[in-house]
Amino acid sequence: MTSTGASTAETGGLSDPAVGASAVPLAVRLRQVHKRFGAVEALRGVDLAVRSGEVVAFLGPNGAGKTTTIDVVLGLSTPSAGTVEVYGMSPRQAVVRGLVSAVMQTGGLLRDLTVAETVAYTAKLFATSRPIGEVLERAGIASIANRRVGKCSGGEQQRLRFAMALVPDPELLILDEPTQGMDVEGRRDFWRAIREDAASGRTVVFATHYLEEADAYADRVVLVARGRVVADGTAAEVKSLASGRTVRATLAGADPDALARVHGVTSVEVRGATVLVQTADSDSVARYLLNETAARDLEITARGLEEAFLALTGDDHRDSTTGVPR
Amino acid sequence: MTVRAATPPPLLERPTPPMGGFSVGVVAIEVRRMLRNRRTIVFSLVTPVIFFLLFGLDAAYASERVGHGNVSAFIMISMALYGAVLATTSGGAMVSVERLSGWSRQLRVTPLSPLAYIVIKMLTSLVLGAAAVVVVYGAGILVGKPSMPVGIWVGTALCVWIGSLLFAAFGLFVGYLLPSENVMQVIGFVLMLFSFGGGLFIPLSELSPALRTVAKFTPLYGLNQLVHFPLTGGDFAWSWGANVVVWLAVFVAGATWRFRRDTSRV
Repeated sequence: MTSTGASTAETGGLSDPAVGASAVPLAVRLRQVHKRFGAVEALRGVDLAVRSGEVVAFLGPNGAGKTTTIDVVLGLSTPSAGTVEVYGMSPRQAVVRGLVSAVMQTGGLLRDLTVAETVAYTAKLFATSRPIGEVLERAGIASIANRRVGKCSGGEQQRLRFAMALVPDPELLILDEPTQGMDVEGRRDFWRAIREDAASGRTVVFATHYLEEADAYADRVVLVARGRVVADGTAAEVKSLASGRTVRATLAGADPDALARVHGVTSVEVRGATVLVQTADSDSVARYLLNETAARDLEITARGLEEAFLALTGDDHRDSTTGVPR
Repeated sequence: MTVRAATPPPLLERPTPPMGGFSVGVVAIEVRRMLRNRRTIVFSLVTPVIFFLLFGLDAAYASERVGHGNVSAFIMISMALYGAVLATTSGGAMVSVERLSGWSRQLRVTPLSPLAYIVIKMLTSLVLGAAAVVVVYGAGILVGKPSMPVGIWVGTALCVWIGSLLFAAFGLFVGYLLPSENVMQVIGFVLMLFSFGGGLFIPLSELSPALRTVAKFTPLYGLNQLVHFPLTGGDFAWSWGANVVVWLAVFVAGATWRFRRDTSRV
């Protein structure tokens, strides 16, 4: 798929700046954010608006810029260019007020404290905090409250990080690959806890490279690749992009604009006498090609999730990415 | 999609914590944490007491007069200083492990300011330093050998305690400098050298003249002389104070330099 396809999806998204004018400030507002680490440009102009109450998945391969974007939103990293606002404030102001908290991939724990002590430690740092027992209960670790952190499993430690993030009762919760390294069951339990929590209206932004996870838990999916937002839409939209088919035909003098108007088409590519059409509705494309044009040698191939993911996030540097959902 | 009620929540009215998130409760948790560390306990609380019992009670010299007291009291003060210095250095050097484990990064998504974090580490070190002084002085009282006026017991204990703060700065500096789990092993060795240089283990008069000259520029020399001064009396040398002030400046500047680098890093 070419970048045309990506921008088609983008229009279904929420990158409209006018959203910022509404009474409730945007949870997150990134404008043309660039981040450079020496010669490497990790973010190359990220625009993003997250509204209060949304559950947004940040989907992309490793090295796409998901963690860098999260660091910028949390104030852990300062953009080289562009602006960041969290509830209309600087990230640090939002953190200090407990408006935003995070379960970070790189966040460490103190092995020699107990689970309850770790949460108590965090609670003492904030001006106001939820009761420790309630937070442990929410995260599903009340039964191991007195266990040393060093003796907890990876999944339990991750739940502890989640509990710590709930301490200030944040408006916005950010989760960076929260289920990395968990088994299927652990992952399901973790998401159940997150989902129960988000039901209360909390805004959630999570990074993942599992397409299924994005599909199952997010209202909206933002696809990130090589430091840019390449697609932004509802989970259903992104899923349909991913579950589309490729129709290939031999057709001299094809009219790409007419093809693009056919129902379900996401992109059209003309290579000499060959046309390649990406579509969610291959029947309509086939019918159009055979009935309305002189197309022959029609070929319809189903596009797997992996291929779609690569097509969306890899485009011209397909080889250099490892964007396969695992 | 779940959308919140249309009325905006009073976001900006959320309070920010006073004093950059500093709280005594956190110091209490930190102290508890340090006391769980077996190595810290052995090095800073047990070893100095053993050293005192080994070297401070020898019948050959323990009862000899030194200033307003005896040699046993002199050695007790040295060992209390040794323990307190190990304790405060460990307290400061904890930043090393915390940076390595990513805990410092975790704290950066809380209201805790970097300065409040340093103050918490300093106070934790001071509490542990006090414990080190108390155990050595307690051992001294129990065995009954050290002898000096009550005022000097109290005075020297306070001098050792406050003076050990110099090494909390040293610990922070080294902790930021060496991000390693083994930082305490390095520190244990370096502090041993400093202790010899400062005359905590053997009197400097036992060293060769050349070594004695070098020893006077090491970081424990000035502090060791100062904390013994209430006991020994005699001539006060301003060079002791100068030694402490210069080393304090070096450690604070070093810690500040590394700390700035650390917080500006992404």
